Amino acid sequence: MNRERFNGQRRKLLIGGGVMLVAGALRGRALGQPQRRVIVVGGALAEVVYALGAQAGAHGTLVATDTTCTYPAAARELPKVGYQRALSAEGLLSLRPDLILASAEAGPPGVLSQVQKAGVEVVSFPERHDVETVRGKITGIAGALDATTAGNALQAKFDREWQSARQAVEASVLGRNGSPPRVLFVLNHTGNQALAAGQNTAADAMLAYAGARNAMQGFSGYRPLSAEALVSAAPDIVLITDEGLSAVGGPAALLASPGFGATPAGRAKRVVSLDALFLLGFGPRLPAAVAALNQRLGQA
Amino acid sequence: MNTQVAPMPLVDRRRRVATLMLTGLAVALFLATLAAICLGAYRMTPSLVWSALSASGDAIASDPALQQAHAVLLTIRLPRVLLALLVGAGFGAAGSALQALFRNPLADPGLIGISSGAALGASTLIVLGPLLGASIGMVSLYFLPIAAFAGALVVSALVYRLAAARGRLALPLLLLAGIAINALVGAAIGLLTYVADDAQLRSLTFWSLGSLGGAQWPVLGAVLPFVLLGVMLIARHSHALNALQLGETEAQHLGVPTQAVKRTVLVASALSVGALVSCTGVIGFIGLVAPHCVRLACGPDQRVVMPGAMLLGALLTVLADLAARTVASPAEVPLGILTALLGAPFFLMLLWRSRSQLGL
Repeated sequence: MNRERFNGQRRKLLIGGGVMLVAGALRGRALGQPQRRVIVVGGALAEVVYALGAQAGAHGTLVATDTTCTYPAAARELPKVGYQRALSAEGLLSLRPDLILASAEAGPPGVLSQVQKAGVEVVSFPERHDVETVRGKITGIAGALDATTAGNALQAKFDREWQSARQAVEASVLGRNGSPPRVLFVLNHTGNQALAAGQNTAADAMLAYAGARNAMQGFSGYRPLSAEALVSAAPDIVLITDEGLSAVGGPAALLASPGFGATPAGRAKRVVSLDALFLLGFGPRLPAAVAALNQRLGQA
Repeated sequence: MNTQVAPMPLVDRRRRVATLMLTGLAVALFLATLAAICLGAYRMTPSLVWSALSASGDAIASDPALQQAHAVLLTIRLPRVLLALLVGAGFGAAGSALQALFRNPLADPGLIGISSGAALGASTLIVLGPLLGASIGMVSLYFLPIAAFAGALVVSALVYRLAAARGRLALPLLLLAGIAINALVGAAIGLLTYVADDAQLRSLTFWSLGSLGGAQWPVLGAVLPFVLLGVMLIARHSHALNALQLGETEAQHLGVPTQAVKRTVLVASALSVGALVSCTGVIGFIGLVAPHCVRLACGPDQRVVMPGAMLLGALLTVLADLAARTVASPAEVPLGILTALLGAPFFLMLLWRSRSQLGL
């Protein structure tokens, strides 16, 4: 009898405890917001999300990216919503997002407004080619994902890295030399013509940050360049993306195309190549990219 | 006793084929439209589609899943399917009328400068708009269709003006002027592409491939009156276009006011196709293929060819857009690729099977 009562009490306690555990677990889930589903459109923005460590967990889950998101490798594995300028409203909504982080280049605008009308929060970030834009992306994304602590940490880390990258550039061969080298950035080479970067391009800004000078002056954006214009631009070094270089068939093939052989860069065989998103992305790896570009140009 | 002329088997057969074909096309179009409403990148069951479309406002507001499905259906999918129907029908009608008018199997709405004019208007605004201080977002949302429509009308009016002399419109001259103006406009667009920056360049590519992605209710509301007006004007001239098949002089002797008919049909085509192209970009092939297919199947009677071409054009466009939306989801394939991919083999098959009738 006594023993039975004890057992009964113990059973009640056990059951009660179990109920409390389950209730606690349920309440925990109910209190925490349901996982927010996030789509990122724009390579630099995806980099920031991963740098914040906000791709999964309490801040939300990254469910898709666009084709410009190639770094880190995990971003490539996610479903792709297509190219950032050719998004599809229903395609975006089919992934049932709560939040879309979009670069200013994302569009068409009609699609984004349709998605907004369907109740999805869309946060846009400007794409200018300066450090302030990158800082804005970090604070903006940290704010949108409720990851302010991680955002402040990343911001501080970015500022530190930027300081040391600037110092490295000033201390480098390029910085100390009176006249910065004239660098021609080639976006891609079609076989007949090189598409060269003028002013108001990411490449132009990167060259300035890295202590070099854009060999092409006097036009903005990218322009196909004739062989003669190439010779008269007289670049000391040719800068190209890894993708562009492999498409044209390597440094030797690039320098063998019309015009290049007659430039100082062609005579000295000075070609530098870097990953496109790393070099031109203006994401959280900007300090590293500036330092790497400065170093590679100095060694070339 | 029976003094009636012996029944003409060809006419009878054609009439029967025409009825069959129109009914078949209408049924197929109905089914394709249903499929296009039910299928898409955003997966939903037919029952969810039904409840999202029929549920009352309160029921929708209380269920988030239903709310989302309702929004997708009403603001994205439905306007898009309707625009596909309009595009197919509009291009089909204009194509049938122009082919009959020119008595030339190569005539299509692109030939008289409508599509290239729209592309020119749009490119001009995309590239030169920022110089006028307009912001890109504003430009593409509201003014782009207007600029494209204006471009379509201006260029086709120019082609028309070049071909009309002393109150008479010479059709061969119209064809040649159309080809020359198309080349000129192509060069102008090339020039604009050359001075465009990176971002503008990418917006321009939209125009060479075409998409129904911009379909929204206000767009439909703006386009519908033009398409309706154009189709009605073309339909009214079916008899006259039939008479014109005999030749311009013969038609005139039959009492057809040929100059007025030519002018009306051209203006109607320019209005409807110009309005459509201005919000979809250049969508090729439908206006060329749909009337041909119908004509190959049931003869050149414009009273059959026009509704048939509208139905077939709408069917092709709805199916092509359904594929464009779903094949690569969540991304999208450009529609222009798919209309040609769907239409061309179909057309070639018909050509192959009826080459003896064509006397080729």
